[in-house]
Amino acid sequence: MTGPLRIGFIPLVDAAALIVAVDKGFAAAEGLDVTLVREVSWSNVRDKLNIGLFDAAHLLAPVAIASSLGLGHVKVPIVASFNLGLNGNAITVSPALHAAIMAEIDGDPFDPMVTALALSRVVAARRNSGTEPLTFGMTFPFSTHNYQLRFWMAAGGVDPDEDVHMVVLPPPYMVDSLASGQVDAFCVGAPWNSVAVDLGVGHILHFVSDILVRAAEKVLAVRQNWSEKNPQVLAALIRAASRAAEFIEQPENRAEAARILARPERIGVDADVILRTLDGRLKISPDGTMRESSRYLLVGREGASRPDPVQAAWLYAQMVRWGQASVSPEALKVAMAVFRPDLYDAALGLNGDAHSGALGSVGAFAGPAFDPADVAGYLASFDVSRRAP
Amino acid sequence: MGSESSPKIVIVDESPIRAAILEEGLREAGFTGVVHISEMQNLLARIYALDPDVILIDLENPSRDVLEQMFQVSRAVRRPIAMFVDQSDAASIQASVDAGVSAYIVDGLKKERIKPILDLCISRFNAFAKLQDELDRAKSALEDRKVIDRAKGILMKLKGLTEDEAYVLLRSTAMREKKKIGEIAQSILTASELLK
Repeated sequence: MTGPLRIGFIPLVDAAALIVAVDKGFAAAEGLDVTLVREVSWSNVRDKLNIGLFDAAHLLAPVAIASSLGLGHVKVPIVASFNLGLNGNAITVSPALHAAIMAEIDGDPFDPMVTALALSRVVAARRNSGTEPLTFGMTFPFSTHNYQLRFWMAAGGVDPDEDVHMVVLPPPYMVDSLASGQVDAFCVGAPWNSVAVDLGVGHILHFVSDILVRAAEKVLAVRQNWSEKNPQVLAALIRAASRAAEFIEQPENRAEAARILARPERIGVDADVILRTLDGRLKISPDGTMRESSRYLLVGREGASRPDPVQAAWLYAQMVRWGQASVSPEALKVAMAVFRPDLYDAALGLNGDAHSGALGSVGAFAGPAFDPADVAGYLASFDVSRRAP
Repeated sequence: MGSESSPKIVIVDESPIRAAILEEGLREAGFTGVVHISEMQNLLARIYALDPDVILIDLENPSRDVLEQMFQVSRAVRRPIAMFVDQSDAASIQASVDAGVSAYIVDGLKKERIKPILDLCISRFNAFAKLQDELDRAKSALEDRKVIDRAKGILMKLKGLTEDEAYVLLRSTAMREKKKIGEIAQSILTASELLK
């Protein structure tokens, strides 16, 4: 048994592998004594990880990169050797905005290019009539939610900094803010989209998997210097999380996993909502319309757990596109080195070569294929951006 | 420190008592420009309207993430920096996180002017936590007393003991089993409930 570990998390379904690893005993079976600490903000998770109050944390993938680059905050090199989830977010809009988009739609409403173009017409009409710009909620400046919303609307010609308001909202406040009209739409992880639909205050317009085929979402993050001092502990943690991810991905275990996650001290929402999320079977409209996607949230299947440096490079490219980072080969290298498939492979006794090639594609609905070797060339193909000249 | 040179401080805290304790401390120390925000709706707009030099927020507040948006380059306002950005001051960071408070400082405010504010903030937050802790402990002691009294009553009735004898039995059992008297008393209540 190693010394006790404190691991921070935010109550979201993509903390599933971490929570199940602890509550189902996989961590204890690896000789780990883990205390999970529920947190209320990503700033807290980041700071407590940075100063060593947490040994590890459920963390937004872009925060791990921003922290390693010293963007917007203290520079603390972070290592992500286990990916807690791919995808899992959704864009939810108010009934009024949903009606406005549907009135402008020209094509398949599940096609993000079609909805982005419809949105740009809605935005233009509001501007012409002198109506307040639309407000979009997301969870953090360095978040997948921020980049996914921006990527989507910019593809339709909407400038996220000029044409609409983008505001940070803590996930538990999203639904209330949509209901009260403070925001017209938001991008957030589970369970909050479903909560909005169940309360009749929102329509799920897109799963993020409509926008990106594979998007690294949350990682199990540790400080780099901690990872160097505690390689065995980290390997044990990776194995425990991996067993948990495999457990969750077995359909016959999902109900049990959902019950574990639903506990008040964990995620604290109805087990049924969590089960729907894990199954990728979501109610998207208050009228009861359901939508299923095998790609809604990938906890462990299709190699989701293995950190992919190409994903890190894509996230860094988004930081550059939206003016949060400047383009530099050194920064790109640092960003990619945050994601550590080598540590993942070593912990699980895998031969890394078996995975390469098949994975690594981001698969966005717009723009050219992403090539980490040419971030500047990739970004030059987008009209809307905040890149430094 | 005159009001003219006193930095404008905003306290973001949903606990009115803690905010009052902090505000009082700051005023006593000569910081006259203190505003308390307890309403989290449109938080950023409120803060921009007040245009403070220092923002203090408790770590239990999910709206901390909202404040992080102030560091985005595209905002057309004075750009604050976080206390945490100063990498040289690890001890202050640790102390403030331990106390449960975070400070955001507008760029340009001198470090020596921040230190007394943050130190005061940390000590007031710790004082509040201690108060709360004492209150909790007093509550739980009262709760224990009630449980012990009921357990004594059961022992007196079942074993024909006096009150003092019942208490001695509880205490000696607790010592033997290395448990608290309250825990032993609670297990007696549970057992008697089961055996009813």
